[in-house]
Amino acid sequence: MTHDPGYNFAYLDEGTKRMVRRAVLKAVSVPGHQVPFGAREMPLPYGWGTGGIQVTASILGPQDTLKVIDQGADDTTNAVSIRRFFSRVAGVRTTTRTRDATVIQTRHRIPEMPLREGQVLVYQVPMPEPLFRLEPRLSETRRMHALADYGLMHVKLYEDIARHGHVSTAYNYPVMVANRYLMSPSPIPAFDNPKMDNMPALQLFGAGREKKIYAVPPYTRVRSLDFEDHPFRPHRADAACAFCGARDSYLDEVVCDDRGGRMFICSDTDHCETRQEAAR
Amino acid sequence: MAYVAVKGGEAAIAHAHGWMAECRRGNPAVPGIGVEQIEEQLGLAVDRVMAEGACHDRSLAALAIKQAQGDLIEAAFLLRAYRTTLPRFGHAAPLDTRSMAVRRRISAVFKDLPGGQLLGPTMDYTHRLLDFALAAEALAEPAPEAEAAADEPLRRVADILAADGLMPAECDAGEAPPDLTREPMAFPASRAARLQNLARGDEGFLLGLGYSTQRGYGNNHPFVGEIRQGEVAVCFTPPELGFEIELGSIVVTECDMVNQFQGSRTQPPQFTNGYGLVLGRGERKAMSMALVDRALKAGELGEDRVAPAQDEEFVLMHSDNIEATGFVEHLKLPHYVDFQSELEVIRRMRATAAAPAEDRA
Amino acid sequence: MSVPLLQAEGLNLRFGTTTALDDVGLNLHPGEVVAIVGESGSGKSTLLRVLSGQLAPADGSVLYRDADGRSHPVHAMSEAALRRLMRTEWGFVHQSARDGLRMGVSAGGNVGERLMAVGARNYGGIRAQAAEWLRRVEIDDARIDDLPRVFSGGMQQRLQIARVLVSRPRLVLMDEPTGGLDVSVQAKLLDLIRNLVADLGIAVLLVTHDIAAARLLAHRILVMRHGRVVEQGLTDRVLDDPQHPYTQLLVSSVLAA
Repeated sequence: MTHDPGYNFAYLDEGTKRMVRRAVLKAVSVPGHQVPFGAREMPLPYGWGTGGIQVTASILGPQDTLKVIDQGADDTTNAVSIRRFFSRVAGVRTTTRTRDATVIQTRHRIPEMPLREGQVLVYQVPMPEPLFRLEPRLSETRRMHALADYGLMHVKLYEDIARHGHVSTAYNYPVMVANRYLMSPSPIPAFDNPKMDNMPALQLFGAGREKKIYAVPPYTRVRSLDFEDHPFRPHRADAACAFCGARDSYLDEVVCDDRGGRMFICSDTDHCETRQEAAR
Repeated sequence: MAYVAVKGGEAAIAHAHGWMAECRRGNPAVPGIGVEQIEEQLGLAVDRVMAEGACHDRSLAALAIKQAQGDLIEAAFLLRAYRTTLPRFGHAAPLDTRSMAVRRRISAVFKDLPGGQLLGPTMDYTHRLLDFALAAEALAEPAPEAEAAADEPLRRVADILAADGLMPAECDAGEAPPDLTREPMAFPASRAARLQNLARGDEGFLLGLGYSTQRGYGNNHPFVGEIRQGEVAVCFTPPELGFEIELGSIVVTECDMVNQFQGSRTQPPQFTNGYGLVLGRGERKAMSMALVDRALKAGELGEDRVAPAQDEEFVLMHSDNIEATGFVEHLKLPHYVDFQSELEVIRRMRATAAAPAEDRA
Repeated sequence: MSVPLLQAEGLNLRFGTTTALDDVGLNLHPGEVVAIVGESGSGKSTLLRVLSGQLAPADGSVLYRDADGRSHPVHAMSEAALRRLMRTEWGFVHQSARDGLRMGVSAGGNVGERLMAVGARNYGGIRAQAAEWLRRVEIDDARIDDLPRVFSGGMQQRLQIARVLVSRPRLVLMDEPTGGLDVSVQAKLLDLIRNLVADLGIAVLLVTHDIAAARLLAHRILVMRHGRVVEQGLTDRVLDDPQHPYTQLLVSSVLAA
């Protein structure tokens, strides 16, 4: 496959890619720390994955195989759009198979299949600042990160437990990276948080509108915030996938009729199809 | 299978885009609108798209308006995305608006001033009555007699006030200005970064904020010191030549607001200024920008920062309509994974609430 | 005499033509309560801000001796070190509870915040300590999950004190802690502060224009006027036998009222 000759390989010019890669390197060196970068306007709107796209564009080589998922699925509209974009401007091979991909760009999920060394998971991040709901000012949150002043985040968890009996954060559940930086895992369900811990693959996070890049290098400790006597517990619907029968994957709830009937199916389409093929 | 319908697909996207293209063209029996017509006849729309798209190119802006079906934010977005791909040669020299070929210049603080008041092209003082003759128009209107641009450079009102010591002269801090297209905003922001941000900012947002300062939210008693509009030369020094050359000229609108100021512990009472500059004839935007620029100086002038327009981070982080529209519209994207986890939690909570609250203490 | 906890010398500060601090010095010993009194504009609040490192003086120095006996020049400390101090060894009680509390966070969360900020990670333990401190400031611990905004002014102020004292600071700075409260509520609050401070052996710097509050709480008094300390000494001595005409005026105006 070849790429559109009207654009540089993977859309961005080489100078911009170098700038993004420098930010990525810095992010990898300081795990969990948000590195500001000169995000560019992209042909896709802000909030639709411009940060992830810029990171992917900057690390992609002609030999890479790209997988793009949104909500765990390869066939959601935005995933299709981004995959098409890269096959057009980079001409790289694309796949829906997690195991065949070298770069996986994702919105809101981590694939069920454990990732391996050499793979890169690129997250699209809407709000990189884990403290933004508690403190909207970047000048203040930057100071809090510098001083590792995270008492406020714990106050939030305390309030949840006092009010509801447990932490009410279901997705975008904050994590401590390498015992130093509080980090937003992007809006993945809390169910996916444990997968980030000691992951053999490199995890890169790109926030285009907020112009930040951060990273979790392979085999880094990623701990979901909790209390000793209220430990973090990931949750999923207590059901089996209607297609593949999986009881350990994250499930989407699908309303199938107008009488309240519903079924549960794997949100990770590749995981589900792989299991269905194996069963046949 | 329900599954495919839920997840959507490539064919659906292609069809949706096809349909949109059809909507754009409208009834094929009506002649298509030409880019040149937009450029010539929807000039203020072109100006706004260039300003918010942060790219001075009238014909590209006109193309973007056509492609966006007249949605000016979408058009500015198209222009910005295109701008990203352009190679950068370097920085032009600061525009010298003192030597502008002025076609419009008004001051609300001096009845008359050297060079006089030049009304120029304006909608001010028109009656806003729909002109049905325009709907029936078949032939071009007779060209109005052009008001000659001022020959002599006109002295700026800000310079007149500064010469009397009544308003601090704007001075070059000597620092290289940041480039917001290359570096993200950082706070506290320099004045140069603020002005860049505002110049690209959404006209409606700045208008609302500027308006709020007039209604007591960060009141700064503004007067229009001067609005000037006209052509200025763009100059550039190519490193390989080592001397400045003129690349051409562009139309810009500049606004200097003069504001009351009571003086501080360290400064005698004097006027302070707010500054606005936009590409094209975006006079409303230039005025709004000047109001907001002045409001954002509250901190350095030792005023209380209590109003939204005085809150640097609030203003500058939310002024860009390309960023704003993207993030607002991204709510259309599927969020079912997040929503699913919310469902799990709310069910758990409801179960907890229904059971005796033993694990709460 | 013990080594001072806080030692300030030769503090000078001007705002334009106004003198805010004019050669002010001050020693505060562990467990000692010192009141800084004066009218508004006398420079007492400025002094508090300078002593706590929030404002730098033009001249002079402020030394703080920490729990390990090390001395720190307050204005040369990094922001990180100063913040750490502020949430461990120091506490600040604001005149308005709104400035000192998180109004959208429950009473328990408000008290627990300082514990969590220094690493407490046991929910039950944090909650138990919060409940105990609510009781100590005479708030019914059944209200642990209520938001401070439903509390009365006096309760909010007591909650603020619990929030500060829970981490057992060595030095507490108070800026008009009874300002804006009813007289009867003021008396009760002063009594509570006096008992807690004595129990815990905390050093307190109290800024107030209320001579009665100073008499009740303070071991020593500094009288400020136009940025200068015009008189200082043991509370009883200063109030019963004022030497400076301004102090005499202050004391007599209270007696007359």
